[in-house]
Amino acid sequence: MSDSLSKLEKRTAYTLVLPAVLLVFAIVLFPIFANVWISFKDIELKDIRIPEPRAKKIVKSISENQSELKIVYKLRNSSLIQEIRNVQFQDKFPTNVSPVNLDSRCNFQSKKVVCDFGNWEAKYRENFEITIQNINGEIIDKKIIKSQKPILSGKADNPLLTTNFTLENFKKVFYENNFVELLLTTFYFTFFGTIGAIIFGILAAQLVNQNIQGRTYMRGILLFPYVGPVVALAYTWTLLLDPNSGTLNALLVNFNIIEQPINLLGQKYITMSILGFEFKLRLALTTVIFFEIWRYFPLAFLFILARLQAIPQSLYEAAEVDGASPIQKFIHITLPQITAIISILFMIRFIWNFNKFEDIFLLTGGASGTRTLPINVYQQGFAVSDIGMGSAVSIVIVMLLLSFMVIYFRLIGKRANEV
Amino acid sequence: MKFKSLTIFLIISSFFLTCILSIWKIMSTLQGLNFTNLNITPVFLIGILLSLAFVLIGNKINHLIKIFSLSFIFSISYFYLNEASPYWYIFGVFLITLFFTNKLKKYNMQSLQEDFISEKIIFDFITLFGIVFFAFVILFPFYIMFVTSFKTQIALLVNPLDFSLDFTKSLTELFKSYFVIFETYNFGRYILISSAVSIGTVIVTLLFAIPAAYAVARLNFFGKNFLSTSILIIYMFPAIVLVIPLYTVFSQLGLRNSIFGLLIVYTATTLPVAIYMLQGYFKSIPKEIEDAGIMDGQNWFGIILKIIIPLSLPAIASVALYVFMIAWNEFLFSLMFLDSPKSFTLSRAIQYLSGDAETPRQYLMAGSVIVTLPVLFIFIYFEKYLVSGLTAGSVKE
Repeated sequence: MSDSLSKLEKRTAYTLVLPAVLLVFAIVLFPIFANVWISFKDIELKDIRIPEPRAKKIVKSISENQSELKIVYKLRNSSLIQEIRNVQFQDKFPTNVSPVNLDSRCNFQSKKVVCDFGNWEAKYRENFEITIQNINGEIIDKKIIKSQKPILSGKADNPLLTTNFTLENFKKVFYENNFVELLLTTFYFTFFGTIGAIIFGILAAQLVNQNIQGRTYMRGILLFPYVGPVVALAYTWTLLLDPNSGTLNALLVNFNIIEQPINLLGQKYITMSILGFEFKLRLALTTVIFFEIWRYFPLAFLFILARLQAIPQSLYEAAEVDGASPIQKFIHITLPQITAIISILFMIRFIWNFNKFEDIFLLTGGASGTRTLPINVYQQGFAVSDIGMGSAVSIVIVMLLLSFMVIYFRLIGKRANEV
Repeated sequence: MKFKSLTIFLIISSFFLTCILSIWKIMSTLQGLNFTNLNITPVFLIGILLSLAFVLIGNKINHLIKIFSLSFIFSISYFYLNEASPYWYIFGVFLITLFFTNKLKKYNMQSLQEDFISEKIIFDFITLFGIVFFAFVILFPFYIMFVTSFKTQIALLVNPLDFSLDFTKSLTELFKSYFVIFETYNFGRYILISSAVSIGTVIVTLLFAIPAAYAVARLNFFGKNFLSTSILIIYMFPAIVLVIPLYTVFSQLGLRNSIFGLLIVYTATTLPVAIYMLQGYFKSIPKEIEDAGIMDGQNWFGIILKIIIPLSLPAIASVALYVFMIAWNEFLFSLMFLDSPKSFTLSRAIQYLSGDAETPRQYLMAGSVIVTLPVLFIFIYFEKYLVSGLTAGSVKE
């Protein structure tokens, strides 16, 4: 009895879960594995369509009385790299119209011309002609002939499914792609973006956690950058920072803080001198990191605030009795209570910043030293149109991510689980 | 000791006052006032005098009279120190000083002798300063976005600091950018597409997620633990690595440039979060209520429909809003999959507009306002639901 009940339960569970699991598998998990396949192939954006035979039909008059017409079919193989086998061609004609001197590859029966073109190699082109004639010598309506589209069919391999593999993509990723600089930029962006977001998150949470008026409004306002659409926010920042007529530069120049407008998003390095030491700062990268912090510190803020509000007030009261200063209270009570959530936030933000694409793409497009790994996936795959190469970069991203996760769970994961 | 804490108090409070007044000056400059100097040093000095006068007077006179008279004197001296400025600007200075002196209320000569008073002062004013600073830094870009959409490119090129709005103009003149983007750039259509995709995503996601979350929360089956951990891991995985395979497959299937294709991708990427949020809530529903349902001879479909859904409407609403916002804001996939202006979503349309360097910036900003406002309204209106949903452990962007 209970056996059949648990069987029923299982069956029900699978019916309930299966649709969601299948969808996620098809759209999220399958592509991750497909990347591995594509990354070993020499394939470009223009090759991804399955090759198909195409024909463009042109109708020409050849005689005065229009009872004879010449039809030119511009035949071609749509693919530049693959052949199509066993191409079949078919076109229909009105009653009383029949072809003259038909090509030997074709035959005419029951108002149809059927041709067998055999195999077409890659880039194949041919101008194929048929002359038609009305048997009764009447005028043939060009429009009717034109409106009839020829049907072509043929067998071709899907370029994604062929089994010729190459290691070229990975060689290019590691040797021809400024790989070290790419990694360093990604690392700077990820690390400083994460740290900055967490520091500002702690500050903001500490502020809002005080007993101030309008605390709920403040919490709402602080989350605006996080919930706003990235496109709108990124373009507003681009306008704000524009060197020619941007508000920020205009303000700074107006109040004599700087002499010349600074191209914050378009300049790779800026030389700064502090205490006589001159050093070069990655300007555009720093600006992008600030945007990143601005946009994502609210998430850290929200989580830390939730944690802060759960700390029992009696701890602070006890500390007050013991005569602890505000700084001591922060270091000895608040900080230990939020380390766990901070380590989780660090992990989450680190992974998401590592994969951040939209923000950098919209602000700089990856120019002026802001090219990170995700930007590189896009540039390789869609700007350079090298799909295989883009996939190889994706694989590098996935491998790095997996190693982060392993390291994280080895180091901090156990402690975070206790919370 | 007393002298040290007094000095710290004077410097910190005056620094805070100088900062707010500078922000006020910057905002006024953006209204077309012609300031070229922040006058930090003199403002700082009279700020010190103000704070000093405040603690010296102490409780000798009524608090209200004290703050009004002090603010008045401060505003007048500020007026003479500064470049010519209109009365509304000075009135603003007066209000700020009033607010500031009111904040000083708890300080007097006695309180400056308490334990750790210097640290407390620093903490107090850093809190105040921090709130003003955060509010300013966050709201400023939104403010610029909003006012730019009412200006014209030419006016902004002539004077990039003048964001004052001319209300004497007719409404059609003022809202010209909005009319233009609707008439010339077809934004009405994009709003429809964005809404359709987002609402569609919400419906389909809930249809898939509610049964799955119920099974994960309540039923025992092989692979359940594996499933719930993989949900978490999957939603850590980046969209950018999905893009190339999905692009190639969608090209071959003819799903690019179709709303349907976008809908599938959005649903699949939001499903893990939705399941995770919902199963957490379903677990909190007492099991006895369902047992009663089973006694009545309901099957699982009846239980979900008649017991679970009515009981968890708040959670479902928060998941729905959340998914809506993710789908509405989504940019990466709409950039990859949509090439034809016929099927653009709002985000993609704005990005397309910006691709043409000739597009005046006020149109770009008007579009940005249109895409931002609905999300902000939803967020403000349903903040409670959304915040609790967010902190429940679901942090998908």
